[in-house]
Parts: sequence; C-alpha cells; structure tokens
Amino acid sequence: MIEEIGTTEQGDLIINVGPQHPATHGVLHLVITLNGETIKKIEPHLGYIHRSIEKMCESLTYRQFIYTTSRMDYLSSHINNHGCALLVEKGLQIEVPPRAQVIRILMDELTRIASHILWWGAMAMDLGAMTPYFHAFRERELINDIMEETCGARLTMNYQVPGGVMADIHPNFQRRVKDIIKQLYKKLPEYDELVTGNTIFKARTQGIGYLSKEDAISYGVTGPSARASGVSCDIRKLYPYEGYEKLNFQEVMHTGCDTYSRYLVRMIEIRESISILEQLVDNIPEGDYQAKTKAVLKLPKGEFYTRVETARGELGVYVVSEGGTTPYRIKFRSPGFSNLCALDHMTRGQKIGDMVAIMGSLDLVIPDIDR
Amino acid sequence: MTNEELITELTTIQPNLVPEAGGEWPNFFVEAADWPKLAQALRFKDDLFFDYLFCLTCVDWKTHLAMVYHLSSTRHRHNIVIKSKLNREKPEIQTVCDIWRTAEFHEREVYELFGVNFLNHPDLRKLILPDDWVGYPLRKDYEDPINMIKL
Amino acid sequence: MWSLSKITDIIHSWLTETFNPTWTLIIEMVIVGVGVIGLFAVLGLILVIMERKVSAYMQIRLGPNRVGPKGMMQSMADTVKLLVKEGMTPDGADKFLFNFAPFIAMIVAMLLMAPIAFAKDFQIWDINIGVLYITAISSLNVIAILMAGWSSNNKYSLLGAMRSGAQIVSYELSAGLAILVIVVLTGSLQISDIVAAQANGWWIFKGWLPAWIAFLIFMIAVTAETNRAPFDLSEAESELTGGFHTEYSGMKFALFFLAEYINVFIVCGIGATLFLGGWMPFHIGNWEGFNHVMDYIPSSIWFFGKTFFLIFVIMWFRWTFPRLRIDQLLNLEWKYLLPIGMVNILLVTVIAILKWHF
Repeated sequence: MIEEIGTTEQGDLIINVGPQHPATHGVLHLVITLNGETIKKIEPHLGYIHRSIEKMCESLTYRQFIYTTSRMDYLSSHINNHGCALLVEKGLQIEVPPRAQVIRILMDELTRIASHILWWGAMAMDLGAMTPYFHAFRERELINDIMEETCGARLTMNYQVPGGVMADIHPNFQRRVKDIIKQLYKKLPEYDELVTGNTIFKARTQGIGYLSKEDAISYGVTGPSARASGVSCDIRKLYPYEGYEKLNFQEVMHTGCDTYSRYLVRMIEIRESISILEQLVDNIPEGDYQAKTKAVLKLPKGEFYTRVETARGELGVYVVSEGGTTPYRIKFRSPGFSNLCALDHMTRGQKIGDMVAIMGSLDLVIPDIDR
Repeated sequence: MTNEELITELTTIQPNLVPEAGGEWPNFFVEAADWPKLAQALRFKDDLFFDYLFCLTCVDWKTHLAMVYHLSSTRHRHNIVIKSKLNREKPEIQTVCDIWRTAEFHEREVYELFGVNFLNHPDLRKLILPDDWVGYPLRKDYEDPINMIKL
Repeated sequence: MWSLSKITDIIHSWLTETFNPTWTLIIEMVIVGVGVIGLFAVLGLILVIMERKVSAYMQIRLGPNRVGPKGMMQSMADTVKLLVKEGMTPDGADKFLFNFAPFIAMIVAMLLMAPIAFAKDFQIWDINIGVLYITAISSLNVIAILMAGWSSNNKYSLLGAMRSGAQIVSYELSAGLAILVIVVLTGSLQISDIVAAQANGWWIFKGWLPAWIAFLIFMIAVTAETNRAPFDLSEAESELTGGFHTEYSGMKFALFFLAEYINVFIVCGIGATLFLGGWMPFHIGNWEGFNHVMDYIPSSIWFFGKTFFLIFVIMWFRWTFPRLRIDQLLNLEWKYLLPIGMVNILLVTVIAILKWHF
C-alpha cells in the first residue's frame, strides 16, 4: 500500500507515526519526513476506521441514520445527533417543544464540557504529563453518570431524536447538574495550577504551531482551533439554533494563533458552557419532551443543510432528498477532517515534540475524520 | 448581501449561470469549464469575498455527477451553493485547492469515492481507501456483495 | 548496638580465622557479589512499587492493590511475567549489540554501587577517587543506550538514542560541576572523607549559597541523566512510543527498566551523600542532647531515608511536569545550568579559600 519507506534521496528520514501510536489518539497514520528532528512534511493517511457512514445512511431511514452519527465524533455524540435531528425537523418543519429545546442545549453543553475536559487531559499527556489525564477523567465520569441516568448510555447516547428528545430527564438530573457545576468551579482552578501556568507547558506551547487568521479560514479550520486565530466561527452565535440566541454567553476568541491560545480558548469555553448550564438548569420549562411526529418520516424533495457547533468545530449535515424515507445522498462536513488539513501547514519546520503538541491542540478525533 | 443581490451580482459576472430554485441559499449551476474563473471572482472580488469553503462534495444522479461547493464569507456572512454537472464516464473539473486550501483533502476524498478527476491537483491520490481499491464506493451503482448490507 | 559495620567485622574476622587470606578475599567477593545482585533485585522491586504507589497517589487512583497485601507483591508478579516472556530479537537488528546492550546498562549500574557508603563503615570499596569514579562510570551508560537504539534497526529507537546521547553527554557536565562544589569544600574525592566532613552539619546547610545552587543543579542534571520525566525525551512515549527500548521485550526490557531504577537510586544516594550527609545523622552545632538522640537512629536508616526522600522528589517531578522539547532541553543545559555551575565553582572556591563556610 505504502511504498517501502526508508530515507529519501535528499537523505531525509521518513518515519511512520501510527496507525498505532500514542500521540494520534486513534488509528491515524502520519508519514513524516524528517530532517534530524525537524519536520519537513507530514502526510496523513486515513481510512483505518472508515466505515463509510455516508453510504450506510443512504439505506437508513430518517429516524435510523441519526444513530450512526454518534459513532462519528464520539466525544460530542449529543451534538452530532442534534445536528441530524435539526435537519429532519427543518425538512419536515417540526416545531420542537420548549422543554426539549432546553434539555437539548443542556445536554450539548454537558457534552462540550466533558469533551474539553478530556481534551485537556489528553493534551497534557501528549506533552508528557500523565497526571492531568486522571484528574480530567474524575470530572468526566461525573458528567457521564448524568448521561447514563437520563440517556441510558455513557458514550453513544442517541438521545436526541427528530422532534425532541427520546425520553424525559431523570428526576435527579437537575440536582446532579448543579453538583457538577459546583465541582467544576472547585476543580478548574486546580487544572490551571497544574497545567496552564506551568513554565514547561508554556514553553512547549507558546509560539508553536502558528496558524494565521487567513490560513485558518482557507484551510476550513473551525471551532476553538480557529477561534484561537481570531476567526469568529461559533455557529451558536452566527447561526443560532434551538434558542441559543436567548442565552447570555461569549464567543471565546483569542488572537495568539498558537498552540497556547488554542489551549486557553478551550479552557475559557468550559467556563462559558458552565454559565449556559447555570442559566438553564433551573429554568427547564414544563411540557412535552417530544413533538408529535409521524411514524414514517419522509423529507420533501430538495436539499437541506444544517450546521451545529460541536466541541471540535462546525458539523455540517448536507442531505439530498428525493422525497423518500431514506436520504438520497448525505454528507457530513466533519470538523476534524477540515482541521486535519491544516496540520501539515502548521507543523512544517517544527520539531517532533511540537508536532505532538500541535496535533493535541487541534483536538482530532479519528472516527470524526474518517467517518 | 441578500440572496437576491447575490443572484443579480453573480449573473452579471457569469451570464450563463443557471440559478436553481429552492434551498435556503442561492444555488447556481456552472459549466465545469467556467468554474475556475468564477471561483477566482467569488474568492477575490471584494463585495463577494467567499473565503470559506465549508463543504465540498459530490452527488451521483445516475445520469451525471454533480459537484457541490458550499461557500461562505467570513466578512459579509453570506452563503452560496455552486454546483457543476459532470459527465459520469469521464468526470473532470479544475481543482480549487489553490484558492481554498481545505479543498485539497476534500477533493482527494471525492476523487476516490466518486472518481472525479481534479485537474491540476497537486497530490491527487487515494486518501482513505487502499491504493489497490477498485471502484468508487459512493456511486449509486457500486456493488460490494461482501461488505455492503442492503436493507 | 548492632550495626551493619559490626556484622561485616564479625564475618571478616571469622573468615580470616578459618581460611587463608586469598580464600578470605575470594569468599568476601562472592558475598559482595551476591549481596549486590540481591540488593539490585530488592531495590528494583521496591522502587517500582514505590513509583506506582506514588503516581497512584498523585493521580487519585489506588494503584496496584491485588497481589499481596495492599498490592505490595505486584512488582514481584511483574518480574515473573517478564522472566517467562519470550525475548524477541527483531529480524533486522544487529543481534550481538541488541542482546548485549541491556547487560552494559546493568553492569554500569552495578559498578556504581561500589563506592557508595550505605551505612557507617559499610562500603564495598572506599576508593580514594570515589567521586571521580562515579562520574566516570555513570557516563558509560550512554553507550548502552546508543547501542540499544542503533542495533534495534528502528527509527524511533534511533531517534530516542540520539536524543539520549545528546542529553546525557551535556548533563554530565552540570552534574560534574555540582559535585565539584562539594569536592572543593571537602578537599577530598573520597566518599568516606566527604561524609566525615559533614559530622557537624550537612553541606547543604554549611555550604551556604553555592551548596544550594549546586544541589539544585545536581538534582536537575541527574534527573536528566537518568532519563526521567520531565527529561524523558529518549523514551518520550507520546512522541517516540518507547524510544531506545521500543523493540525490547521480556527480560531484556526488564534489565533496562531495572537499570533505570537502580540508576535513580544511585544518583539519589550520591546526592544524599554529597549534600545531605550520607549516613551522618542530623546534628545541630553543639546541642549535645539533640545530637545524641539523633545518633540513636541507625546510620543505615539515615542513608536510606535521605535517599528515598530524594527519589520521592524525582518521582514527584515525573508525575507533575510536562516533558521538555529537545532544543529546550539542550538550551537549559548549555545556556543556563552550565554557566551558573561555572560561576558557582568560582564562588565556592573563593568561599573555601577564605574559609567562610563552617
């Protein structure tokens, strides 16, 4: 498949990172051309976990195809489900009850917090600090417990369905969300002490992996990675869905353009998400948690596109419908795939250790890239 | 710019554009030969300034393939969809990865899944599938009796 | 009171009475050899379980808790597992060097045991150039790592070995300069003299600023020399998967692993000897009563207590800090530690000549 690789004619060393490598967090395969320790070129080879979800979805109904999307970016599976549910609702013009909307936002933000916290641990681990990973898991477990109580699953929730959510929230839900908010307020300063202010961490991340605003847009980088380069791209602000426009939160931006600013953006985003949780957790309206929908959903003929802000960036769902019960063609514009495009550009001329830091700061989830 | 203004603006740049009704954003069909010129104009004209290609894909319509480019402007916040019909036997279109660099990977993905040949692409190789893969999996007539589950 | 030196004296006199001098020497050598290997094994087991417990404590986990009481036999079980595992040699490897490298690492670690004073009058070889001997032998370690990295025929190993070579060679300088500070203060290279000079106070207290600086530099340098985080670039698991020992498995891997821990013990033992008084109890000036109480604690406990405290500090480093990058690592050495160390030597020479220290 890949030609026998040793050294190039110029005497550069070619090294395969992955598909099984601790830094790639999954089965990503990078072929790196090295000059000593300096990276000359990175070439990603994908497909080790490609399941062709897009093709599978062509034979699944509009109720079924949502479940495959939990398996794309498994760290923000709620938000993936949300995007697909929004698309079906847009096509059928289903009015989602206010209670369902609030529950959806709560779940999305919990997912975002869990994802960012896990990323924080993984980023520190990439840079050689093992301890933060375990601390990160402590809080993530609590969030997963909330998910488990209400959704019945800890990772691939499949909780958001066309018309609302699958089931009502658990009676403990509000209490436990408040608990986790309290816990996070207590532990986030600890996170900062352990990693954010660390001199070695700063030296490893500041000025590394520069991605200018123009490049970020041109490479299609979205999410916290792009916002750290000063690109305003938060879908929740730009194209609000599900009542995000009524909420009071900031679009976190930074102009540092480097790995450290990408780190800071995510850390502040955790706090913004907590503030959204605080605004909503006591104000869940009464009413239905799901709109009445037909048993068989048939989208009208045409094209539909929805986008949502996942923990990694903009997820676009593009559906071409022929009026049947299954999509004619579906395309997921996944944030990870576009973010990966910029990797080569950002790592040129940096060291191997920087490559790991930069890849960590892009927050790549491999099933999201491969789909 | 509103959608109506966009439609008038674009039809002045490229008179043979065919607007398509429906959808929330303006849809246009462009001839594959005219696409590079239009792409340049879309990207670099100040009042259009579509600097963000947020989705690039292809649809197999059995009779032909249709490339779909979703474009957005981070300055003016307007969106547009450009489509281009391609011959199914010999699909060829000019690459846009020199204009929007994100297209490099997206075009490679389309290349292997649909078999569209992007002219002047710097590195058009298979990205996801093994190099010896035969066929274009996302085409409607693709058959794989072992791995594909038909419902 | 029983002490280790008494036991050695009794054994020695019994042997001289029973055998002629040649046989006495041979038997004593055998005893020492067996003793060192035994100490090796025991230290390895203790340090591994200690590291796992320390890391578990820092990472809010329980750590190993299944084998034996509170999981204390876990490292024993791991050793058995490693012993019975198949030792693989990759196809493209240079077989001789590949199999030989772990033994070099091990032999170097064993040789370093010789001049260390474990307790009062309990030392294998009180050589008169003890400190020089230690610095000389410990720099051989890099040969084992380079050999392992080169012979594995693996690019990760090669990169790890090259990094390690650059790292160990540079940090040797700082460690040497830091050791020199104490040598200048004591006026002797012999370990027993250095310990004896600290009878009325450890060098870290008596040596003022230069000794503190030297102690800090020494701790940083030996952390780097033993390839421990935050300087574990040669094995950097998130970058190079395993570094120089990527291809090693089974007992050969265990030897590297063991050598690493023994090296940590040795450098901490040297640190304790040079700066914290070795087996010398904690004495304050002429507080007779207090000093007398301190003397009741056996000297071996003092030595091992200090050493394990330093080992804990090094483990603490490992589980809190992120890893440095290769250029930052070399910058730290050549641009900061080395100049500071040189100025420090100058400072301590002035202090020693003017007799400003206690």
